[in-house]
Amino acid sequence: MSSDYSDRLRRREASPLAALWELLDRVRDPELPVLSIWDLGVLQDVTCGNGSVVVTITPTYSGCPAMEQIRADIERVLRAAGIEALEIRTRLAPAWSSTWLSPQGCARLRQYGVAPPSDGVAAEHGLTPDAGVVCPRCGSAHTLRISAFGSTACKALYRCTHCCEPFDYFKPI
Amino acid sequence: MSEDDLQQATLELALRLGDDALVLGQRLSEWVSNAPYLEEDIACANVALDFIGRARMYYGYAAELAADGRCEDDFAYLRSEREFHNYLILELPRGDFAFTQVRQLLVDLYNSGFLAQLCRSRDATLAAIAAKAMKETRYHLRRSREWVVRLGDGTEESKRRTQQALEELWGYTHELFEPDTLEQQLAQAGIGVDTRMLKAHWQQELEALAREAGLHLPQNDWAVRGGRTGYHTENLGHLLMELQSIHRAYPGCQW
Repeated sequence: MSSDYSDRLRRREASPLAALWELLDRVRDPELPVLSIWDLGVLQDVTCGNGSVVVTITPTYSGCPAMEQIRADIERVLRAAGIEALEIRTRLAPAWSSTWLSPQGCARLRQYGVAPPSDGVAAEHGLTPDAGVVCPRCGSAHTLRISAFGSTACKALYRCTHCCEPFDYFKPI
Repeated sequence: MSEDDLQQATLELALRLGDDALVLGQRLSEWVSNAPYLEEDIACANVALDFIGRARMYYGYAAELAADGRCEDDFAYLRSEREFHNYLILELPRGDFAFTQVRQLLVDLYNSGFLAQLCRSRDATLAAIAAKAMKETRYHLRRSREWVVRLGDGTEESKRRTQQALEELWGYTHELFEPDTLEQQLAQAGIGVDTRMLKAHWQQELEALAREAGLHLPQNDWAVRGGRTGYHTENLGHLLMELQSIHRAYPGCQW
């Protein structure tokens, strides 16, 4: 478990607003619906001040279009629960890191057919490796990178030379 | 500089950096559905999106500093050519694939030096944007580096085109390392970056890469300047015409 994830977990466990955190678990990544914004590491904090709920999020990639959708979904879920006064704050620092993914989120990604960051050994500067990411379908490490840029900003494309299937790798950043 | 002057200068810097990111993002996005093969098409779109996202962060911060009701869209869609202060190298037409990758290499290498310094800015927002952008730039640089080596060290034709791109772009790289008074003052104040300091390392890295790729770095016998003062090549107007057309046809429209 990464220390970044543990910090977030401690914040959640110490929060008196457990019900709100759980409510926000319903907000999913629109491109990877197996991940909640908690699993993804986007949800940083939920607080309450002056009668208003403040949700703090950190964007994944600078231009990721999913962030707009996520903001709208947070608002929808909270309003549906009767919360009128709410504010969504964006926190840029520290920059989002794939080490913020929850362990449950990593397991769910794998089941979904996407290799989580921990299923590969990062190359220099923490970039995606040329080979050796474990195939989420057959478990073989005989895999090769096709492209460092996949169908969304957070994924890279790989090919398994054992089962011959292509797959996505949630890239370390 | 007084605090007010510093804030005004920081706003100007945020706009310049936003312009750099937006213009290059737009140029890269022109490869969508035109790239040599599907994975490259997707890669160009991904990198373009990183730059457009970067532009939004810089413009968003500029709007915050301006505090006069303008938002990121006003900066992107409602300014004319002369009000854009991006470096000229970023607005040049995308050219062939070698040209795009050589430009990308020159710029990614510059960005990686620039952002590493901006991460240390005493302006917390600029430092945060830089820290985020830095992570993405590592991926951009690895890709452009691999492509330039592959093309330079490829066939006779790919080598010829890559060398030619380098010759055509070289004269536009000089202004990257020529900060004006505003940029120098911001660097002295611990907010901006003195880009003169970045050149030696940039050149050194490029020389090593050129050797690996079988290319040679051009002579410094010509230079075109003007981006930071709003004097552009004819290309920026064409680019903005396309980029701003929807917003001008439907003023105030939102996604």
